[in-house]
Amino acid sequence: MAYPTEYRYTKEHEWIVVKGGVATIGITDYAQHELGDVVFVELPKAGTKLAAGKIFGSVESVKAVSEIYAPASGDVVEANAALHDKPETLNTDPHGAGWLVKVKLTNPAELSSLLDAAAYEAFIAEKQKEASS
Amino acid sequence: MESATTPPNPVLRKTPLNAVHRRRGAKMVNFGGWDMPVEYPASGGLMAEHRAVRSGCGLFDVSHMGDIRVHSGKSAGGALAAVQHITMNDASRLAIGQAQYSAMLYPEGTFVDDVIVHRLGEDDFLLVINAGTREKDISWVRENSKGFDCRVEELSDAYTQLAIQGPRAVDALRKLTDANLDGIKNYWFTHGTVCGLKNTLIARTGYTGEDGFEIYVPSDVATSERVWNAVLEAGKEFGLVPCGLGARNTLRLEAKMALYGHEISEKINVWEAGLERYCRMEKGEFIGRAALEKAQAAGLQRTLVGLEMIERGIARDQYRCLNEAGEAIGVVTSGSPSPTLGKNIALAYVPPAMAGIGTPIWVEIRSQRCRAQVVATPFYKRPKKAQAL
Repeated sequence: MAYPTEYRYTKEHEWIVVKGGVATIGITDYAQHELGDVVFVELPKAGTKLAAGKIFGSVESVKAVSEIYAPASGDVVEANAALHDKPETLNTDPHGAGWLVKVKLTNPAELSSLLDAAAYEAFIAEKQKEASS
Repeated sequence: MESATTPPNPVLRKTPLNAVHRRRGAKMVNFGGWDMPVEYPASGGLMAEHRAVRSGCGLFDVSHMGDIRVHSGKSAGGALAAVQHITMNDASRLAIGQAQYSAMLYPEGTFVDDVIVHRLGEDDFLLVINAGTREKDISWVRENSKGFDCRVEELSDAYTQLAIQGPRAVDALRKLTDANLDGIKNYWFTHGTVCGLKNTLIARTGYTGEDGFEIYVPSDVATSERVWNAVLEAGKEFGLVPCGLGARNTLRLEAKMALYGHEISEKINVWEAGLERYCRMEKGEFIGRAALEKAQAAGLQRTLVGLEMIERGIARDQYRCLNEAGEAIGVVTSGSPSPTLGKNIALAYVPPAMAGIGTPIWVEIRSQRCRAQVVATPFYKRPKKAQAL
């Protein structure tokens, strides 16, 4: 799966993209592949304040709970309600329909320290090399 | 989010099939110091593997488990006496060719490990033990059989152990052996030729709650890979897929089978774990018997129950159990979604007063309280098949 060039990425495998003043956050294709079948997603309610680098929810596979870290600070505008009944969307469309939350950013400058698509792809290529060497 | 796959680690132990799993693109994890496959994404992953075992068959590499042989010393009888001393079930009731679920206990009546005892001969026993407790168990057996006229051999590295599990497992294995599989009842075993390998131990045992077999073949890589591939080929028409430790765990949990370090441990006794039917107090002396007698008289402080989540949430190992008032009253030992039931299930230790079916129990899941209820176990029982006599 290609990594959209307009998105920004974290080393914890979250992505973020800003459109019309609202940021959408999700987890990457690499992350969903590592997790396996997602069975449960725990997301914050609208109005919750996110702090960059802090845990704001969790994604669960059968085997394990994985915490999700906020790529940037802001106020949650909406959580993806479709994931309640169809958590597997995170596996099938992690960069699109599998979005987690929409956020009004309070400090957009934080985005500049995140990885672009090329840097993120290089980062995971390194990880995959380690895993199979 | 952290990565689920561990890179190759020279410190982790490997089974002879390690290269096979990696070639297949298995997700590998560190299980008790072993580099093991947790699932195989190429064949659909954990859920698909679990379902394959329940409806067809699955193949597991369980070579990380250990094998200890206890047999006669200078004269016969010493091996049986040693096994009777160190295990809680009654090995004297075993016919040659029969196996039993048992456990080795500490003097406190708590668990060293659970074990399957196979009677290979009049005074010849094979103990199959857990991977994570191999060294502890072999030391325990050697130490506690010193007073008996018997020989103890550790054979763990001599065998590649494969588990073929599911309603069609017998059909798959039948293609590879001359042994009469229909003549082997549950928890019995035989020796036969498998994939041309003479005198292979074939046991009708397993850890999935389904019918199935465990075979023990020589552990050299070439033989191990050849047999693994032969089983995969033979099982294809029955839906056989390779299965990892992820599915192994969801399968055994649905069948309410204990996992060492979770439902049983050095801190838990036989009565609490609900394993009294495998503990034969009447057989006479064995390590832990005196403490168990005392504990029986004192009464149960906690007991193992099955839980089904009612509110959204997955109860997992070590999550706290609370009562309606929010007080901590117990702990989850294992928990996960149940692929067969489509519900989230768990096993937990709670006070006997809260063990009744239907009792509401709250599980603390990351600062939230999720309601569950006590349910009957096992959560899943395989359908009864008409047996040809």
